[in-house]
Formats: sequence, C-alpha cells, structure tokens
Amino acid sequence: MNVVVCIKQVPDTETRIAIASDGRSVNTADVEWVVNPYDEYALEEALQIRDRTGEGEVVVLSMGQERAATAIRSCLAMGADRGMLLKTDTPFGDAYGTASALTAVLKEIEFDLLFFGKQAVDDDNAQVGPLVAQMLNLPCVTVVTKLELENGRARAHREVEGGLEIVETCLPAVFTAQKDLNQPRYASLKGIMTAKKKQIEEREAQLVDPKLEVVEMLKPPPRPAGRIVGEGKEAVPELVQLLKDEAKVI
Amino acid sequence: MDFTFTEEQKMLRETVKRFVDQEVRPLAQKIDEERNVPRDLIDKMAQLGFLGIVFPEKYGGVGAGEIGYCILLEELARACASTATMVGAHQSIGAMAIYLDGNEEQKQKYLVPLAKGEKIGAFALTEPNAGSDAAGLETTAVEDGDTYLLNGQKIYITNGSIADIVSVFAVTDKEKGVRGGISAFIVETDTPGFRVGHIEDKMGIRGSKTAELFFENVPVPKENLLGRKGFGFMTAMKTLDVGRLSLAAACIGAAKELIDLSTQHAKTRVQFGKPIAEQQAIKWMLAEMAADIFAMESLTYRAAWMRDEGMRITRESAIAKMFASEALDRIVDKAVQIHGGIGYMAEYPIERFYRDSRINRIFEGTNEIQRLVIAADILRKGGY
Repeated sequence: MNVVVCIKQVPDTETRIAIASDGRSVNTADVEWVVNPYDEYALEEALQIRDRTGEGEVVVLSMGQERAATAIRSCLAMGADRGMLLKTDTPFGDAYGTASALTAVLKEIEFDLLFFGKQAVDDDNAQVGPLVAQMLNLPCVTVVTKLELENGRARAHREVEGGLEIVETCLPAVFTAQKDLNQPRYASLKGIMTAKKKQIEEREAQLVDPKLEVVEMLKPPPRPAGRIVGEGKEAVPELVQLLKDEAKVI
Repeated sequence: MDFTFTEEQKMLRETVKRFVDQEVRPLAQKIDEERNVPRDLIDKMAQLGFLGIVFPEKYGGVGAGEIGYCILLEELARACASTATMVGAHQSIGAMAIYLDGNEEQKQKYLVPLAKGEKIGAFALTEPNAGSDAAGLETTAVEDGDTYLLNGQKIYITNGSIADIVSVFAVTDKEKGVRGGISAFIVETDTPGFRVGHIEDKMGIRGSKTAELFFENVPVPKENLLGRKGFGFMTAMKTLDVGRLSLAAACIGAAKELIDLSTQHAKTRVQFGKPIAEQQAIKWMLAEMAADIFAMESLTYRAAWMRDEGMRITRESAIAKMFASEALDRIVDKAVQIHGGIGYMAEYPIERFYRDSRINRIFEGTNEIQRLVIAADILRKGGY
C-alpha cells in the first residue's frame, strides 16, 4: 500500500498566542513549532498500514515555510519513508490555496490512501482534506476513528454527533484522522538518527490567487468571573440548570 | 566554536522530553514510594533505544554519542532520579566496561543485548572494605581449569538485583594489588553460586535497586575475563572516567526542573500583597540558580563534546561531576527555601528532589576523590 500523509506544522498547543502588529496574523517570534497533533494520528495509521501489508511506502507531504522541514523530519524519525515540502512564504494560506497546491503535487504520486488530520489546531478550518478529495475527485471520509482495509476497499468508523457512523469506500480515498484512531508512537532514537539520511524533496508551492483574506484577528474575550449560585442542596437545581443552559457544559 | 545542538540532538531531546512527560513524570512519586522502577517502563525505554544510546549501531546501540547520552540522562533526571540512575548504572558503567575493554566476541555476546536493553547491566566494584580505595578489594578470582572461581561480596551495587550481566572486579594476584593484581570479569547472574543479598533502603533514589551481591565459587569461563589479566583496575578507572560525566548531566536535569518549579511557585505564591517573585531575596536565589545551571550545562556538554571528538576527559569529567553535584546541592536547597513549607512536604516533588540530590556527591567516586583526580592532573602537567 502506498500512503501519503499531508501534515501541517503548527504552534505547540501550549504556546501563548500573540497577535502580530498588523492585527491579522500571529506573532511567531516565541512560537515552538510541532506537527499538528491530528496529523500524528494520520501518520501512525499510515505507518501501521504499511507495516501490516509489508509493502509500499509512506510519503509525508507538507506545505509551509522552510522551517516546516523540521516537522517532516519528525515524521521521518517516526518511520515515514520520504518527505516533500512545498515551500511558501505565505504564513497562513487560505484552505483553497493550500488544497490546490497539494493537489497539483498529489496528481503526480500514485497512492492507495491519502491521510490528513481532521483539522489543524491553529486555524481549525478542517477544510484542506475534503477540498483535496474534491479536487482529485476521490471519496472522502472525515473524522475517522477506526479503519479496516479488505480486498481493495476500506471500512471506516467515523464520529458523528452523538453516535457512530460506519461507511465503506473503494480506494484510493481520502481520510481525515480523529484522535481515537490509534496511539501515535514515539520516534525511536534510532529513527531520529536515520531520519537525516532520508530524503526531503523541496519544491516551490504552486500558488493560486487566495479565495480568502484574513481581515482581523482578535483575542477571545476575557473569561467572566465565577459566581456562587447558592449554598447547600437547595442550590443544586439552579446550578444544574445554569450548567445546562448558560455554560452549556452538560 | 559552535555551541548549538544539531538537528538530531534537538529532535532527540524533544522525543525524550515527550516520553518523560507522558511515561515517567506521572510515575515518579510512585517509583520513589514503592522503591521500584517498573519493568514495563524499562522495557518501553529499551524499545526506544534509551538503554544503548551511547553505543555505536554495530553493537546494538543508537550511536548518539556522549552528547546524545547526556541529553537523555538530563531529560530523565528532570522527572525521576531513580530512573536516571537505573539507566546510568546500566549504560555508563555496567555496559561501558565491556564496550571499552571487551574483545569483539564479548561485545557481540554481551554488549549487543545490553545496548538493545534485552539484558540489564551492573558494575560491581565496591566492597565492605573497598570503595574509593580499590586496594582493599577482597573478592578473589582463582583459576580452575577453564574457569575462574569467584568468591567474595560486593555492596551498594546499583541494578544489582535486576541485572543479567555484571562487570565484576576481583583480585587475581594479592601481592600485586592495584598494580597488576586486579582483573575484571563478565559475570552472568544466572551462574550457580551468584546470589543477591540485602537490598538497601536509602535516603533518595529509592526506586533504583542498590544490592549486596555474594559470589560463592562462581565459575566464570576464562573467555569472560574482561581486558587483560591484572589490568582490571585500569578498566574500572577508564569506565568511571567516562561514566561520571553523564552523572553531571543528570544533575543538570534535576537543576532545571527545580528552577522551573521554583519560578512557577514564586510567581503564583502571594505574600504581603504581591507574588514572592517580586521580593529581592527570591530574585537573588533564582539568579544564582540560573548562574549555576549555565555553568553546569556549559562544562558538562563541553566535556561530552571532547569525548565525542575522541579526546581524553579524565580531568574534565571529574570537574563536571564535582561541580554539577555541588551546584545541584546549592540549587535544591534554594528550591526548598523558595517553596517554604510546601517544599518540605512529601506530597510535593521538591522534597524528593532534595533527598535524591545528595547521592551525587557520593557515588561514582566521592567528590573528594574527584578533587584528587583533578589535582593529580594539574600537578602532573605542572599547571592548568
């Protein structure tokens, strides 16, 4: 099985995000960069499929700035066979533009499965996977929590509101990974040492005119102070009511 | 001159850090309380290559060199000194003796499974009457046909009770003493006559197993003589020369964790209407901690780099071990002070770090012995 995994380098989830002086982008000065966590589930699934079938290769594809090569290198350390970086200087490209650039390259690669994370944790768009599937005219299954392959077909479990949906598709197909899909491995130290010897092909991304423009970025409003609803048993019904209707947590 | 870590070294640190955050730190208190590093954790570390990071790939290792190894121990020691000690005794001294002085057959037979973490190693030098002074060794090895028969007792042997393979030092010629009378042997612990005695209860690093070992007519095949007969003292000293450097790296890890915990505490603990971090007394302590850490880090990694470049580091590793262990003592003391009462309570990690730190001035050669090693080098050269 040949598997391609598209990944994105994103700020570490623990990074405190600051808005840049232009008011419409993120200040990247003190940002630690990591592989988008959902993409790691996608990569792990790809590695398991390759190892189970014992054939084919796992290719990691990413569009990003020069530094995104580090993210690809981490994937190679986890066990991917080779990487491709589509270089761009645009910090946060719009999803359509990213999908177009990825599609241009994916048309040249033969694959059976194409994986994405279900969304990138920086812009939370969750668009690139389905857009690429559309552009390549391939079936697309999103938010996958379990994947079984048999006789050239795939059976996927996907998370839907309040339940589970099981779908079948022919291959090749596009899948976007949800976190229950598997438990991503740690890169072995040997994997890290050999990652340098693996190839990362760099190309300029073929950009199209952006369909989307970020107009302004704002910090979320500060959290309102907590309040005491009442005391003792009597307060419980109102608390439950508020948690349900106002906080919408239960 | 270039002080930056390579891309692999950075990635290695990130990976170890992530493993430590998810698999080691959550267990650290339990490891201390239950006095045991779980086998399951050892196996996970083995799978990722932690137990052979310093050895070349051809001997089952990772080939990350001394710098890679120091990074590993630094990150492990941020969370759990017991786990770092277990890995250190296995690799820095147990397996290292075989790497440095073993022949090719011995390396294939013993170093490979040790580096892969399939077997656990230990280093057995200390005895009731011999610690820093190897001349007091009483364990004997007497030729008997195709074997040497080992008799005697070793104490304070880290990993002693969990080891499969032990590098053992014994007297082969009492007359010659340390100058030609001590030999090193590779002993498999399932050999008849080998017995584990008492497991020590300790102030700190409680999860690491410190055991007493008994040898009663233990037959060790002649091919398991490690290095040349009579040169065992040299093997021991060479091994410790290298081994003690990673110990300095473990001190850096503990020190960084302590300054991080102290900073968080100082910024959130409010007294007299403001966080205590705004008090000059606290700032000075944090500044002194940072200065010590910068020095520890600089000299340890410089020595590690020298080792990877093939230079001799007898003096430098002694300086690193001495300085880093004493700096950690200063740092852990300040960390307790900044934390106040909560730093003294067992439910908070500072107390464990305080107990765990003290051993570093003692094991793998006391700091007094390190000073003798450093001074001997200065005097021999006639200056710095």
